[in-house]
Amino acid sequence: MSSDAVDAIAGRLREMNTPSSEDATVSIAEHSARGWNLDATVVPERLVEAARMLDAEGFGIDAVTGVDWIAAGQMEIVYDFFHPMRAVRAVLRTRVPRARPEVPTIQDVFPGANWHERETHDFFGIHFVGHPDLTPLLLPEDADFHPLRKDYPGAS
Amino acid sequence: MLLKEQITNHSTDGHNETFVLNLGPQHPATHGVLRVKMTMDGEYITRAEPVCGYIHRMHEKMGENRTWAQFLPNTSRVDYLSAMHYTHAFVGAVERACKIEVPPRAEYIRVVTSELNRISSHLVWFGAFLLDLGGFTPLLYAFDDREKILDLLEGLTGARLTYCFYRFGGSCNDVDDEFITGTKEFVSYMRPRLKMYRALVTDNVILRKRLEHIGIVDAEMCRKYGATGPVIRGAGVPYDVRRAEPYSVYRDFDFDVPHYHENDCMARYLVRMEEIEQSLRIVEQAIGRMPDGPFQGKAPRVIKPPTGDYCYAVEAARGRMMVRIVSDGKEIPYRVKLRAPSFSNLSLFEEASRGMLLADALALMGSLDLVIPDIDR
Repeated sequence: MSSDAVDAIAGRLREMNTPSSEDATVSIAEHSARGWNLDATVVPERLVEAARMLDAEGFGIDAVTGVDWIAAGQMEIVYDFFHPMRAVRAVLRTRVPRARPEVPTIQDVFPGANWHERETHDFFGIHFVGHPDLTPLLLPEDADFHPLRKDYPGAS
Repeated sequence: MLLKEQITNHSTDGHNETFVLNLGPQHPATHGVLRVKMTMDGEYITRAEPVCGYIHRMHEKMGENRTWAQFLPNTSRVDYLSAMHYTHAFVGAVERACKIEVPPRAEYIRVVTSELNRISSHLVWFGAFLLDLGGFTPLLYAFDDREKILDLLEGLTGARLTYCFYRFGGSCNDVDDEFITGTKEFVSYMRPRLKMYRALVTDNVILRKRLEHIGIVDAEMCRKYGATGPVIRGAGVPYDVRRAEPYSVYRDFDFDVPHYHENDCMARYLVRMEEIEQSLRIVEQAIGRMPDGPFQGKAPRVIKPPTGDYCYAVEAARGRMMVRIVSDGKEIPYRVKLRAPSFSNLSLFEEASRGMLLADALALMGSLDLVIPDIDR
């Protein structure tokens, strides 16, 4: 993908964030330095729209995961995308309060996100609103704990 | 198409009795401990729901309570058939974060060992896949050939499967003459063997009837589910991380990315068989042009990557393997995410197997080349 095309996607992601919160940012990175070309933080309400836009651009779902920023009282949800036809990688991020970790599901856009979101729910207890089945995927079927939360025993 | 019509007719004629068939978690065709809950209409599948997690080990939590170097051996236990690639992705991510330079000789050693590992992994798939389809003999041939690779890598690394050979900034050991001669011999030995495989297996009419037009997975489904590796290349997309996001020294080598447009089990079969040939090509070039110099570069004694997150992806035997690390500048990772190809490749099974005959669905499952610890992590 040409750098113009990446710029164009970045521009549309920037527009999505207006009126934006102060941590909504879009940046273009050197692939060799970070492992992606485009890194966008969007507000949770615009997440599905952003995923839909990347879908229309031909991106494929790579992974969905979380990061527990316990000191900031936030959960970060990270969506990775690869492009099967062009050498470009995009990252979408969003942050939600740790006390009420809820984001809309993108499994209607990318059915492959279904399992990734279930796994993220297992590990972090992040609730993907609209997800059809958030029963544990990798953890035992009666698991009511979320081991990758930083306050779960075993963390450093 | 025919199958879908048949199943619709069958289930609307007033006798739509379905039953649940439990496949696994201890079934030979599931290669490990995968369970599939199948709702069957006669011999046709109306819904096949994979049930994962039987060998979940929470590698990602282990990443958060040990140092960066201590986590390295974990990565080789995720997909034990493709260990070189997984350790490569992890050391690559840390090298990218810490800006550690890897000397050229080390990169060449990595390419040679990674490609040998790809061949041995594909040989296991070949044997096991044919076994799923009811052919026992190819397994013996494949394991015989694979043994030669395991011996070579054992001589070099000390391990037969779970290699932990790469280090931040290089590799654990230098290649010796014995390894170089042995690898050259293996390349010239393997090429005629592949011809023999073609005559024995690939051109076999029974195999073709079992695989052609069976298990359709198209490019759009791969993209929507994130399926990569031989699955997406069997759907006509020449997507290969070695080309899309060139890492290590893969830019230095001539090799093709085999891809087929048929979208069926046979296409995925042919992709893997040709990939063995391409890996032999890369090994030959890398051994022939192996630069002199150190096999280990300068790396800090205590690894403390700068704050931030970094990704590193490699083309593992089953597709795109990516490590995402988040560092808060400490000796212990803040977060390690392992993006495993088998996980995404299996996630499309429910949709792809709908309306298939059970026996064909097992062929589809085999053609995805699943490694269960890779899914469960």
